[in-house]
Amino acid sequence: MSAINKLERHQARTAYLFIAPTMLLFIIFMVIPVVMALYLSFTNYDVLSRMDWVGWDNYRRLLDDSLLWLTFRNVLLYAVIFVPLNIMVSFGLGLLVNHAWRGVKLFRTLYYLPTLTSAVAAATVWLWLLHPEFGLVNGLLSYIGVTGPAWVAQTETAMMAIVLVTLWQSVGSNMIIYLAGLQGVPGHLYESARLDGANRWDMIRYITWPQLRPTTFLVSTMAIIGALQLFDQAFVLTQGGPANMTKTPVYLIYQQGFNQLQMGYASAQAFVLAMAILIFSLINMRITKAEESVI
Amino acid sequence: METTGQLTGAKALRRTGFYLFSAIIAIVMFLPFYWSLLTAIKPDEEIFTIPIQWIPTSITFDHFVKAFTTVPFGLYFWNSFVLAVLGVLFNLFFGSLSGYAFAKLKFRLNQPLFRILLAAMMIPGIVTMIPSVYVLQHFPLLGGNNLMGEGGYGLMNTIWGVILPGASGSFAVFFMRQFFVSLPGDMLEVARIEGAGEFRIFWRIYLPLTAPALATLGIFTFQAGWNSFLWPMIVLNDPEKHTIQMGLQAFSYNYQTDFGPMMAGALVAIAPILVLFLLLQRYFVQGIAFSGVKG
Repeated sequence: MSAINKLERHQARTAYLFIAPTMLLFIIFMVIPVVMALYLSFTNYDVLSRMDWVGWDNYRRLLDDSLLWLTFRNVLLYAVIFVPLNIMVSFGLGLLVNHAWRGVKLFRTLYYLPTLTSAVAAATVWLWLLHPEFGLVNGLLSYIGVTGPAWVAQTETAMMAIVLVTLWQSVGSNMIIYLAGLQGVPGHLYESARLDGANRWDMIRYITWPQLRPTTFLVSTMAIIGALQLFDQAFVLTQGGPANMTKTPVYLIYQQGFNQLQMGYASAQAFVLAMAILIFSLINMRITKAEESVI
Repeated sequence: METTGQLTGAKALRRTGFYLFSAIIAIVMFLPFYWSLLTAIKPDEEIFTIPIQWIPTSITFDHFVKAFTTVPFGLYFWNSFVLAVLGVLFNLFFGSLSGYAFAKLKFRLNQPLFRILLAAMMIPGIVTMIPSVYVLQHFPLLGGNNLMGEGGYGLMNTIWGVILPGASGSFAVFFMRQFFVSLPGDMLEVARIEGAGEFRIFWRIYLPLTAPALATLGIFTFQAGWNSFLWPMIVLNDPEKHTIQMGLQAFSYNYQTDFGPMMAGALVAIAPILVLFLLLQRYFVQGIAFSGVKG
């Protein structure tokens, strides 16, 4: 009896030793910062001298901060365009390469390649692709007689430019997720549909798409969470311009905190953004759980 | 005979359509790579031409030379490499150590601690960004700081400031735990009876069995480390310590019309991940399937 106890105590001690580095780092770089962020958001901390308690001042200031709400409007606009396009293209690509035909693997690889690029490199390449005079995109448009816009410099198209880059970068991995989902759709559903005389389009419409609903929810919530945290591409491609039309909340918080050193106020902004992200994360978690029970 | 002939005819048509369509998309997805490579190796005067010149009349490596001589790209490359490799080593070791403890060892706080780690994955990085800088700056006894963490810069402007916050990511722990859970527990009992120490059991028996998982996790961590941009930009002020993503961003900002060297730099920034992918493709795909299913 005592031997078992001793073994269990030894095991527990080992376990705590094993998780010690992880938990220590977790406390230093997660627990303390989260508590501090909450505290800082009620102060006027500016790195240099001040860290006074200012109560709800920062949060009151948020309400009238039109630039902050503009950045939220910007990422919402981005998400409204980006997320449906992302779903459509990834689902389409998943369907397209869900065959065991010769050469399919090569197509999958080629569609996946852009996801390997860093946001900075991709944005740099697209900066050149979208060059108003000598860029590839406008060059191709001129073949069909269309004069392309000055993509990143015009208020109407700057956000579209960011959508293009991020779409190019993200459909590959979502295609793989859809592919995994497609391979889990039971074959007998298609068999019986075929017996009922359904055509290919009907099968996609009434079997594949509904069967993959959990995947679609998952991909879209992840895309929304990513969209709310958009930064790198906006920083490189448009520097938030023109006229702040592509400035994102993370971009604003970065500037407020590290350029203007208003870290207290920036922390309050970060909390507002975090709440928005958290809502979608919770939805995402719910769905993931639901999906697990299905599997 | 006639009907089968027709059937294969329809099938052949469908296949041709498939290949045609897939190839067009593949070209679209690959075009940015080709365009940047083309720009990087074209002579300067052929970059700015209308209409597009698809094949260069001569090949030059001047742009690569220029990219590496105007800014210290070689140094940036090395800095990024060190950061990414250290990030991988830390995450593999700490992640598997605590993943193993959570999966295979009995201790009272096992479930609660693991749940807390998981829940914290939902906290977006933007919340901890500002206070993490404070924590780094006030690290006791390092970087000129006294015991109270005052007087110097702590871990700011060091590579440890970039690495440590993510040195044992929750994702790494979660990922490794899932893998250890799938391994049988009886080897553990046998080894214990034979008197092997707990660390030895982990290191010599279980860890070697997780080689594929380690490869997948390693690749993902490397990619994340190599491509990361915002956090290194905040932590590293010293130009000598800048990463390749920071160098590329600065280049595209400071030399806005120098597209030849800019594309050369972008390609250099993409190349290591591309090479890694071509060598270890299947581990990449496994990783996405995992992140897709588990969120």
